Amino acid sequence: MKKILFIEDESALQKTFGDILRQESYKIISALDGETGLKLAKSQKPDLILLDLVLPKIHGFEVLKKLKEDKETKGIPVIVLTNLEGVGDVDKVLGLGATTYLVKAQYSLEEVVEKIKKALI
Amino acid sequence: MGLIIIGSTLGVYLIGNRYVQDPQVMALITLLVTAILFIIAFIVTRSFERLVEASRMKSEFISVVSHQLRSPLSNLRWVIELLMSGRFGKIEEKQTEYFKILKENNARMEELVSDLLTVSRIETAALPLKKKEISLEELIKELISEFEPFAKASNVEIEFKSESNLPKIFADPFQIRLVIENLLDNAVRYIKDKGKVEIKLGKKGESLYLEIKDNGVGIPKEDQKYIFQKFFRSENVMRYQTQGSGLGLFIAKAIVEKSGGKTRFKSEEGKGSTFWFTLPIK
Repeated sequence: MKKILFIEDESALQKTFGDILRQESYKIISALDGETGLKLAKSQKPDLILLDLVLPKIHGFEVLKKLKEDKETKGIPVIVLTNLEGVGDVDKVLGLGATTYLVKAQYSLEEVVEKIKKALI
Repeated sequence: MGLIIIGSTLGVYLIGNRYVQDPQVMALITLLVTAILFIIAFIVTRSFERLVEASRMKSEFISVVSHQLRSPLSNLRWVIELLMSGRFGKIEEKQTEYFKILKENNARMEELVSDLLTVSRIETAALPLKKKEISLEELIKELISEFEPFAKASNVEIEFKSESNLPKIFADPFQIRLVIENLLDNAVRYIKDKGKVEIKLGKKGESLYLEIKDNGVGIPKEDQKYIFQKFFRSENVMRYQTQGSGLGLFIAKAIVEKSGGKTRFKSEEGKGSTFWFTLPIK
């Protein structure tokens, strides 16, 4: 069973994605802040990380940077899932090594699930 | 600013020397003028700094607010989609009807937040244009098929004619899509009962032009000069359709201009409107 680490501070989204991805037979590990997310990425070695950007304790940009600097976690694909769409955000995130940048407001739930499945093939 | 102060001080000294004999009085006048100029320069510089700071804060404020508004709206939309998908139990027909109402209203709010964000980016000159080669013809066909259900439900037929062998253009597909979406949405939305939208794409010199013609309610003559203003909605339009933010045409015109093109229209109340815009090929 493939493992997905979901770093997202909105518990409503943790529940929605948790339920839907478990139904799709994935194991979900939840982190509600950047610091916990980094710790779990190292200890749990997920197959994919779903990362929000506006996070408590450590901002998503910093989390992504640290994930990609660490030998143990740099190979894990990261999908950034956020509503932050400032000028230069997409380039910054892709430059830091994220696989995909998804703006929540622009995708339906099924589309996001499809992108996750595709990244795990 | 420094050069102006030095120049003005020297000017005062040279001109003053002709008329004032006493060197002490002359020195006093020069000092006084220099001091006044310094005070003016200080006030102007501070005002500019404040303006730049206000503009930066406004941009940051809009970005944070839009993020804070968007997040609960996308959470809500995804939960509604999840419930409607039937993944966690079958939904009755009556319940689906109400879920649809929730979804539509949520979509309206998401659209408004997105429009406000685009307007703020246009106004703070922070609207990024990621240009690449695109086929306008393909983009229009894609959009027409997306609009088909809405047009059908509104009893509107969409017809598209394009000149053959048109070149691709160099523009931001996401932004151009927004322009056509806004114009096409207006064309379909403001047709009363039943009608037709005709879209024409062609080449004129070094530009491509796109025309969207409808036989809808039209724009009264006295309102025509205001239609590209933010939040403006014509009174006759409000009679038929109360929804809409009044930001679509402002956004469309700004994006076309930023892409190097022009937007024009002609309209007659009760007969319909024709909007067209050009976009440079390169």
